[in-house]
Amino acid sequence: MENKKTVISVKNIKKTFQDRVVLEDINFDVHQGEIFVIMGGSGSGKSTLLRIMAGVIGFDSGNVSFNDKSLIDLSVEQKEQIRKRFGMCFQSAALLDFLTVEGNVSLPLKEHTGLDAKIISMISKMKLNLVGLAGFEDYLPSEISGGMKKRVGLARAIAMDPDIVFYDEPTAGLDPVVCAVVDQLIVDLTKKLKITSIVVTHNMESVFRIADRVAMLYKGELLEVGTTEQIRNSSNEIVQQFINGNIDGPILLNEVKE
Amino acid sequence: MIRILLSKMLDFFEIIGKCVKAWITIFVDFAKLLFETIYWIFLGPFKKKPINFSSAFDQMVFMGFQSILIVFFVTFFTGMVLAMQSAHQLEKMGGVIYVASLVTISICRELGPVLTALVIAGRIGAAITAEIGSMKVNEQIEALDTMAISPIRYLAVPKLVALFIMLPFLTVIGDVAGIIGGYVVGVFSLKINPGLYMNITWKFLTLKDIYTGLSKAFIFAIIITMVGVYQGLKTKGGAVGVGRATTVSVVTSFILVIVADCFMTGIYFFWGV
Repeated sequence: MENKKTVISVKNIKKTFQDRVVLEDINFDVHQGEIFVIMGGSGSGKSTLLRIMAGVIGFDSGNVSFNDKSLIDLSVEQKEQIRKRFGMCFQSAALLDFLTVEGNVSLPLKEHTGLDAKIISMISKMKLNLVGLAGFEDYLPSEISGGMKKRVGLARAIAMDPDIVFYDEPTAGLDPVVCAVVDQLIVDLTKKLKITSIVVTHNMESVFRIADRVAMLYKGELLEVGTTEQIRNSSNEIVQQFINGNIDGPILLNEVKE
Repeated sequence: MIRILLSKMLDFFEIIGKCVKAWITIFVDFAKLLFETIYWIFLGPFKKKPINFSSAFDQMVFMGFQSILIVFFVTFFTGMVLAMQSAHQLEKMGGVIYVASLVTISICRELGPVLTALVIAGRIGAAITAEIGSMKVNEQIEALDTMAISPIRYLAVPKLVALFIMLPFLTVIGDVAGIIGGYVVGVFSLKINPGLYMNITWKFLTLKDIYTGLSKAFIFAIIITMVGVYQGLKTKGGAVGVGRATTVSVVTSFILVIVADCFMTGIYFFWGV
């Protein structure tokens, strides 16, 4: 694992929202081909971190680099080029309501590749097949279930054959079986398509099912980064309380407004 | 005492400063949005990102074709009301016959374009904001961004193109409906000879009356679409936010349409265009 190539490197990231520090002093590397999970409680800043890595939102100081290229000093065109190599899966799936399932999956292909309509349709059918939704091409997002929407979102994220896929809470709000299905899909797609997956979640079952390495965020700070074994055997009390879901422990639930 | 007064005054200036700053920010953001939309319309085709005409066509059907009936009724009845009210006054001077030209000219120059724009601001402006606003709160706008698809090019451009083409058409329909409304009252209630009514109508109506009215429609189309898109993209805070943004969008469009109308009428009036 240690000798693997680094695809995303996060250095000293600091992010504030209106004087409130959301992330501070975040440092870690993501290696090629691994599933890297960022876990943490609600409001720990994990979704913000994911968006910073995906280049959707900016940060106050520090640096994020993709394949040793810093995301800061890129022109708009270069940024767009890099974004095409990223895929993103949203918590709410974020499918466009007015497009069919196939329309959603084929959207990035139509916009960015000048491919023939028939080929685009073939590719999107293939991607839908990968997430187990062959035959649902003509449905509208409002006509399918939440778990199916997430899978369509996943198919859309991998439509452009990205290098990295970001997942924002892929299993939130799904029943345990569908949860396991989505987790299995993430693992399969990562290994089959040789992509790097960065997953934000607070579902502990998911974490230990899919992760190669895990980072634990707590109140905007990175507590620990390591393999699932290292995290499971962590001596940090906060990490232990979080992964075991104990009520008693150092994690304070009463937020104190500064 | 003086110190308290001084601090109160400082507070007062601070509030004014904050308001001015907020307004400048809104203005700059709006100008940026407008600039970017126009940029994509004219320069998009050179960057292999042409206007999505099939989407623009769908919008034209929704914005234009499906608005014909409501525009027709609003201006038709306004034409009737205008004829009745002016007949009442003109009767005293024995000039009931001039109802024809009065209705026609005020409809073509003013009421046709403005009423059509207000109806469309209510129907289409609200729809644009609600649609883009709910896309914003459901992460769909962000999804477009992460796919390197500009939401402005993908969503705003087809809407602007569609309304820019359709609003003048609707205005023409509004003009005709208003004239018919006046005709109905003039001929059936005021007993003006139909031939004479039309004769007076054409005699005083100049081409200038029509094109000053239509030129307004183009500006109104830009106002309604861009305010709708701007408020939609700014939406925050779930369903409540979408409702609030939609209200603000319609109210802003109404005010801006009336203000722009006043400015343009002023220009035509003082420069005699």
